Formats: sequence, C-alpha cells, structure tokens
Amino acid sequence: MTDAPLVLGIETSCDETGIGLVRGHTLLADEIASSVEEHARFGGVVPEVASRAHLEAMTPTIARALDRAGASLADVDAIAVTAGPGLAGALLVGVAAAKAYALALDKPLYGVNHLSAHVAVDQLEHGALPKPCVALLVSGGHSSLLLVRDLAQAVVPLGATVDDAAGEAYDKVARLLGMPFPGGPPIDRAAREGDPAAIRFPRGKYDDGTLDFSFAGLKTAVARWVEDRRRAGEPVPVADVAASFQEAVVDVLTKKAIAACREHGADHLLIGGGVAANSRLRALAEERCRAAGIHLRVPRPKLCTDNGAMVAALGAELVSANALPSRLDLPADSSLPVEYVRV
Amino acid sequence: MLLLAFDTATPAVTIALCEAPDAGPPGAGRVLAELTTVDARRHGELLTPGIREVLAKAGAGARELSAIAVGVGPGPYTGLRVGLATAQALGAALGVPAHGVHTLDALAFASGRSEPFLAATDARRKEIFWARYADARHRETEVAVDRPAEVPVGGLPVIGHGGLLYPDVLGGGLDPVYPSAGALGLLAAERLAAGEPLPPARPVYLRRPDARQPGAPKPVSRP
Repeated sequence: MTDAPLVLGIETSCDETGIGLVRGHTLLADEIASSVEEHARFGGVVPEVASRAHLEAMTPTIARALDRAGASLADVDAIAVTAGPGLAGALLVGVAAAKAYALALDKPLYGVNHLSAHVAVDQLEHGALPKPCVALLVSGGHSSLLLVRDLAQAVVPLGATVDDAAGEAYDKVARLLGMPFPGGPPIDRAAREGDPAAIRFPRGKYDDGTLDFSFAGLKTAVARWVEDRRRAGEPVPVADVAASFQEAVVDVLTKKAIAACREHGADHLLIGGGVAANSRLRALAEERCRAAGIHLRVPRPKLCTDNGAMVAALGAELVSANALPSRLDLPADSSLPVEYVRV
Repeated sequence: MLLLAFDTATPAVTIALCEAPDAGPPGAGRVLAELTTVDARRHGELLTPGIREVLAKAGAGARELSAIAVGVGPGPYTGLRVGLATAQALGAALGVPAHGVHTLDALAFASGRSEPFLAATDARRKEIFWARYADARHRETEVAVDRPAEVPVGGLPVIGHGGLLYPDVLGGGLDPVYPSAGALGLLAAERLAAGEPLPPARPVYLRRPDARQPGAPKPVSRP
C-alpha cells in the first residue's frame, strides 16, 4: 500500500481539530488539537468556542501532521474533509480550509460523511472491512446502527437514537453526580467500584422491535432516583448509580447491535465513536458477540474518538473506488444524512 | 506583486486579483479581475469557486500569487471565518504570506473621501461595527461594536451597510455599502509597498462567545 495515494483528512465537526494522513490502509499521521478543556466549565461543547479554536489550530495542526508523516504538502494526492453531520460553524472552518488546499495544490477534494468515516477508520487497524458488516456508532452526538454494504457507496441507516445520544446521557448523568465533562471516562471509572445490578434503571425501546434507541428517559430516571435519595437525606451511592446507569446503556446498545447483525446476515460488528472507548461496552459486546458467533471489531480508543485519520481513511477508500471528487461549492451540512457517504 | 484579496465579513463575498509594484508611492496598483456576490448565507459555497473564477478571468495561476490579503472583520463570525480559514490555508499551501486588512479600512479606502466620516457595518443583535476616519486612508479610532444610538456620529457622514440599516440615527449609509476586494487589495499593496506593517490574517471578533457556566442541574421531580 506504500504506492497508494497520500490522502490528507480534515475533521472539524465538533470540538477536535483532527488532521490525518493515510495511504490506502496505512496510517501515517493522526494529529489532534482539542478544545475540550475550554468547554469543560460550560458542561458541554460551546459551538462558537469550538469554531474559534478550529481556525486557530487548522494550519499548525496540518503542518504537524505532515512533519509526523515525513511528507510535504506537495506529496498530498487528495484532500478529504468532514462535510457533515456536525456543528455548522465548526464544519465550515474545515470545509473552507480543505477547499483552499485543494485549489492551491490542484488536487481533488472529497467532502465525506462523519459517520461513515468512523467506520472507515477501522480499516487502518484491522484491514479491509468484510461486506456486509453492521456498525454501531456511539458518541456525544450520535447513536446509530448502520449496515455497511460498501464503504464507498452504500451505507444504510438501520436505527438511531430518537432523543439523546448515548454520550450525551453520560454527560448529563455525570453532571448530576458532580463529575466533570466529558462524562464518559469518570462514569466508567466510578462504575468499576459499583454494582451494575444495584438499581434497575429503565432500558428505553428495549423490546420495541426497532433498531432505534432512546436515552432521555433513562437520564431522567437516574435524576429522579438521585433526587429522591438526596431529599430523604440519604447518601447517594455514586458507584452503584454509575454502574447501574452504564449497564442500562450498554445492555440496550449491544442487544440492538446483535439484533441488527442477525436481521441483516452480517457476521461482523464494528463499534466506533467516543463511547466505544467505554470498558463495559467493550466487555459486554465481546461477551454477546462471542455467544452469537459474531466477530467484533473495535478500533483502539484514539481512533474511536473524532480524528482526522478517519476522514483520510474514508477519502482513501473513495479514491481507490474511483469516486467522483466533490465540487468546490461543496456546502457544510450540519444534518447530512447517513446515506450520503460523499457529498 | 500579484495579490489575491478577499473579504467575507459582510453579506458580500468579494474577491479580486491585484497587481502592484513591490515598492513606491501609492496609486500605482490596478485590479486585474474582481467578483462580488451578496449572499449572506453562502460564504462557504461561494468563496473558493469565486477565487478560481477570478484567477481564470485574469489568466493567472494560484502558484503565481505573491501574497494573500484578507478582510479580518469584524463581521458575523461564521462568514468571517470562511475568509480567514481560506486565506491561512492558501498562504500555507502556496508558501506566500497571508496579510490581514481591517474590513472597515477597506470600506473607507473604497469611498475615496478626503474629509472625516464614519464607516459602519452590521454587527447583528441591533449593533454595528464602526470606526471614524480622517479620510479614506486614515482611521482615527479603534474599531468598536455599539448600538447605533451610542455612536458619537457628530454630524459626520456615515458610509456602509451599518448606516443603511439605521437611517434614523446614522443618516442613511452612503456608498460604498459593502467592501470591495479590489479596494482591499490595493490598500494592502499600498501599505506593503510603503513598508507599513499589516495585521496578521486572524479574525477580529470584538465579542466573547455567548456561553454561560451552568448552575446546579434542575430537578426533574417535585418534592
């Protein structure tokens, strides 16, 4: 794959400025400038703060990635950028920069789908994806099940959250328990000391026959339980609440992911997105996949959270499939549907 | 020098290619091609294709450019950042400097006025960005953001879209309404030729992001 085209990937859909350099399935650089610390005191990502940070970070992070890969801009054969979904103002910084690089270097531009990029990144770690496969993407902004028939042209949505994303529920419950943002890591840590069966929190849409999710009711149920305890003057067993909440989330995520594999004859499940770094989700998915005879693929945590390598990986896939490049009037689309792998 | 200039800090997306001597007195530069489109919601879609069109019209290639000049605002942030992100990326990719020009300075320069005046653009939220000028080339105040009624107009004429939006207070908004990249490029070329420093290609926001630190979570149940 060393002769494969060198693809520069640019990701700015949320609070990470991610720059990746990829040849085929080979990762050459994956540089991140994160504004997460600027958002932490606000308890969530502030779009304007994120957009400002992307602009500050863009050209220095690209320079760092090239340095890391031992390449120069003249070596770049194609540019891929997240065109959506994501925060509109944040996306626009990446898209504007990508177009300018494409024009200046006279190289093709590929505006790609953030969700498909989360799937494509696994090829950098585990090689070509089997067809078809099911992907479970869980993050602060997304909770989706996708059927991936062909990464370059056919990604079908099977289900998604009807309200909060799983990661969003983690953030809200963490705040309720006095933990910092983002809420995934502190809840995961606290849960290791707790009993996941201590409190039976509701599993939204568990048996509704769809592949959709709902986490808003769970979040409210946890808040109600904690408030009752506090009003009664009783201590809140933080570890048990964290473990029981987490169990409810990962139970429904893995149950529906396995159901999606069965319904669509896929014997490979891929998990991506920031929540894929969660230790209990990984453990339960492994257990249930093994029981169901399904192969589980989870990229290493750094490739699960938002990054530029995933965008470059999908760009490389599109280049090798001879996909048509995007036009220079490519819009950033905050609600880009999953079906559009490339814009 | 061959200078590519553009500004996205107002509803106009304006792009020009200018040619000017590297040194010497003002007035020797010329605009080779210019394109201006007023569409406040499509800066991201219009800018790069517009640059390609302007270069093609002038028969120039991107690699022939010797510098970029971009309007640094202030202006509505999302559109403003399209210009800045593009300028920084072009500068980095072509290995040429990306200079900044205050958007109001470009507007003032295009007016060609020789008497004092105010230049104003829309800052949204019922405010304007404004500054006072001694003439087309000389700004006398820092660029500020204020409600129109708070601006010390002092009977001076007001140019720009900001004046147009608040005719009762600012007297109407004389031409030019929007900045032109041709003027922005010629102003930048003049200053560079005179050895005057230009600000870096970084945005001037003048306001902090709207964000409040959350209080305690609201209870979901009643006691």
